[in-house]
Amino acid sequence: MVFTLGAVCLVSSALLGAVYRVTAGPKAAAELVKKTFAIGKVLPAFDNTPYEDMFKIPSADGGDSLVCYIGRVEGREVGTAVQTWTMKGFNGLVRLMVGFDAEGKIYNISVLEQKETAGLGARMTEAAFLDQFRSLDPGAQPLRVRQDGGTVDALSAATISSRAFCDAVQRAYDSYLNHKKGPASDAVSGATEVQ
Amino acid sequence: MTNWQIFSKGLIRENPTFVLILGMCPVLATTTAAMSGMSMGLATTFVLVLSNMVISAIARFIPDKVRIPSYIVVIASFVTVVDLLMAAYVNTPGADGGPSLYDQLGIFVPLIVVNCIVLGRAEAFASKNGVWPSFLDGLGIGLGFTLALTLLGAIREFFGAGTFFGLPVLPASMNVLVFIMAPGAFIVLGYVIALVNRLRKS
Amino acid sequence: MEYILLIVSAIFVNNVVLSQFLGICPFMGVSNKVSTAMGMGAAVTFVMTLSSIVTFLIYKYVLAPLDIVFMQTITYILVIAALVQMVEIVLKKVSPALYQALGVFLPLITTNCTILGVTLLLIQKDFTLVQGVVYAVATAVGFALALVIFAGLRSQLELADVPEGMKGMPVAFVTAGILALAFMGFSGMV
Repeated sequence: MVFTLGAVCLVSSALLGAVYRVTAGPKAAAELVKKTFAIGKVLPAFDNTPYEDMFKIPSADGGDSLVCYIGRVEGREVGTAVQTWTMKGFNGLVRLMVGFDAEGKIYNISVLEQKETAGLGARMTEAAFLDQFRSLDPGAQPLRVRQDGGTVDALSAATISSRAFCDAVQRAYDSYLNHKKGPASDAVSGATEVQ
Repeated sequence: MTNWQIFSKGLIRENPTFVLILGMCPVLATTTAAMSGMSMGLATTFVLVLSNMVISAIARFIPDKVRIPSYIVVIASFVTVVDLLMAAYVNTPGADGGPSLYDQLGIFVPLIVVNCIVLGRAEAFASKNGVWPSFLDGLGIGLGFTLALTLLGAIREFFGAGTFFGLPVLPASMNVLVFIMAPGAFIVLGYVIALVNRLRKS
Repeated sequence: MEYILLIVSAIFVNNVVLSQFLGICPFMGVSNKVSTAMGMGAAVTFVMTLSSIVTFLIYKYVLAPLDIVFMQTITYILVIAALVQMVEIVLKKVSPALYQALGVFLPLITTNCTILGVTLLLIQKDFTLVQGVVYAVATAVGFALALVIFAGLRSQLELADVPEGMKGMPVAFVTAGILALAFMGFSGMV
């Protein structure tokens, strides 16, 4: 009885091991494409592999650390993609990838994960909403939706989602700024210091 | 029962979703669009066909006491195979940067293990029949499940997002968002089951 | 504060049944009477707590170090099945009264996708053990809550005059849809 169950387990583990070995390559490649896809969307053109050129920075408000990826052209830093999050979304967690150019302005943003209401808050993934953030400097003007006296046009009927979005982007900026100002700032970085 | 009957009963007469009301979690969760519903159905069909065939082949060597655990191991292995294959080959993000097919289905791919349809067919059909009839049974039930998921996905996508398999059909102003939200899943399924009941009676 | 958010979010905002669609089968199957719904809810909470701890430890100390994460699904389902069996045997010996109350639901739990779903989600969400257990318990409470409310609604529904074609499952699904709509009101709370 135990022998049969053991045999079944053994055969299926062997099968799984084999399939795992066959699919491991393509699977890793697909994961890499997914990661670099998001990074590529939010950074200016680069010639390195930012996926490997990564470091972690502490979150400005003391939460989980954020992962950053540096894009370089011939070794010179052209921008940094910061993977950020907020819990203030309409349905909780929203994860974004925010790209800053060498001057510390937002280059582009891409939504990694969200559970907002379809057709309302979920429209934060559309270019019509995302494009307004391009080349904004969250240091000069903190990101707020118009309803809160800011300059960001909220998604219609989804102010909470838009607010959460700004919260995540601001967290990315503040943490990134702390990192650049801090003593641990990257020596290789050729980027201009942001005030 | 002829081979044709074994195959075709799962499509409509004993449709696992609309008639037997089994394995409801993926039915509700993955039918926000026709494409994701269909993919979920096909992944389940793959597991169903293979686990049915293997179980029918090994059933007579397995003592009764460890029957269920052995079946679960067989099913879980094929589910993992599907999961690995999908993670490797349908895992590229959409053109607009949307989630890949594998990410859209998410946790519901490993959860095929606990889909009552799969274990139900192993227990009720595959363990008592030969490999060929079990293959037909798995294929029929699996395609019936796929049909149901695609239909529900198409209805919800059409009314909720105004598209059909991603092609725009209705203007955005006519979208009824609730169809692609959680409540829409329950309500559409309820009405489709009522409709199928009515059609089966006449 | 973080834990309160986690709990409120798991019970109300992202209710496991009504917004994540896990555990629909028991939700539809054992919601005919409020008392059975409560029994099922308690049994699920019990098994969920145990299995989330055990699978978490197995993942961290066996699967991840040995680099055989792809065995996750198969290991988890076996662990859950074994755990349910064990709980059944222990409960029978230790507390016959509790066994009387929960016993009939225990075998059903192995194929309840809430348990496997939550144990998989814990790893996906990168929780710590404490966060994971809090999340698992809150999710189970959310499941029990939805189940009990739905059982209450269905017992009322028996007295209602439902059109012939809608009787049974169809009207139950539509009712669940309206309940899900009500739960959407919790969105934006946290």
